[in-house]
Amino acid sequence: MTLRDIINKLLGRQESSASTARERLQLVLAHDRSDLSPELLDQMRKEILEVVAKYVEIDLEEGAVSLETEDRMTALVANLPIKRSLSGAIQVKEPVKESSD
Amino acid sequence: METKTRIILICSGKGGVGKTTLTANLGISLARQGVRTAVLDADFGLRNLDLLLGLENRIVYTAQEVLEESCRLDQALVKHKQEPNLSLLPAGNPRMLDWLKPDDMQRIVSMLTDKFDYVLIDCPAGVEDGFKNAVSASKEAIVVTNPEVSAVRDADRVIGLLNTHGIKPIQLVLNRVRPRMMASQEMLSIEDVTDILALPLLGIVLEDEQVIVSTNRGEPLTLTGSKSPAARCYSNIAKRMQGEEIPLIDPSKEGSGIRDKFRRLMQTKIF
Repeated sequence: MTLRDIINKLLGRQESSASTARERLQLVLAHDRSDLSPELLDQMRKEILEVVAKYVEIDLEEGAVSLETEDRMTALVANLPIKRSLSGAIQVKEPVKESSD
Repeated sequence: METKTRIILICSGKGGVGKTTLTANLGISLARQGVRTAVLDADFGLRNLDLLLGLENRIVYTAQEVLEESCRLDQALVKHKQEPNLSLLPAGNPRMLDWLKPDDMQRIVSMLTDKFDYVLIDCPAGVEDGFKNAVSASKEAIVVTNPEVSAVRDADRVIGLLNTHGIKPIQLVLNRVRPRMMASQEMLSIEDVTDILALPLLGIVLEDEQVIVSTNRGEPLTLTGSKSPAARCYSNIAKRMQGEEIPLIDPSKEGSGIRDKFRRLMQTKIF
């Protein structure tokens, strides 16, 4: 983030068009390179979520599957916050309180 | 047969980004450095290299007659009067596209490799047959792009295809850089483009009205020894191709007025 970006943010102005261009390009290139349309990606997201939901309880709204690229390598990145495993008690995302002894 | 001739494809995917202008100027620059250079117009559909070099009135035969063996290669080559180290092999008739095959392109290029140190192939826009023919005869590539979303996207597509054809090395030229727009972050930065395309940068070319003036006259900027921004950039690129280490022109250092200084301050990366 540059000085200009911060000033724009403080003034509630649009971010500079170069950042918008960069973000749009990164997204469109990830799709071009993998030859996956947004529809296919969404279908894949749903199917991945169904499979994962068999094992752990997940928030179906929160789960995100996206394509990311770096150095001409494209990766499929799934971010699926787990509520708890189906077998029982584990709550992964619960903050743990420290006990003083 | 292994030759030392460098056969370089100059391509972009998108049309109008400056392939032909770059080819003409690099051809002249290399010739001025004393290396024997051929520029081959592979854009049979919409040829223009002859026009940019001011050679349009001197064409007698083209690649077509050479392939049909109705003339010799040296009859078709148009030698540049002021820079005799540079020759143009003109593109043939657009109807050639009906029958031209990668083999034909390879035949033309292999004839040129005996006579020249560099063969620069001006690739047609697009990724169809014309592109495939030109790629099949090339060893290296220079991808030309502009700091604009459509040009970068098309360049990415072309780089993918060059990779599958085993073209190596592939280098990038970022053309039509506008320092002021970059400084105010209304244009993709050099770093943005090199990060996204992940190619080594051979050079940038600054936006320059003199380019239009020079094409009007059919005298590439590098021919007249112009000191204009684009002319400096083109000749730097040609020197780098010859192995000289020339630092990149820093667009943010172009312009020294108070407004330019303020723009530079605003560009400071905070985090």
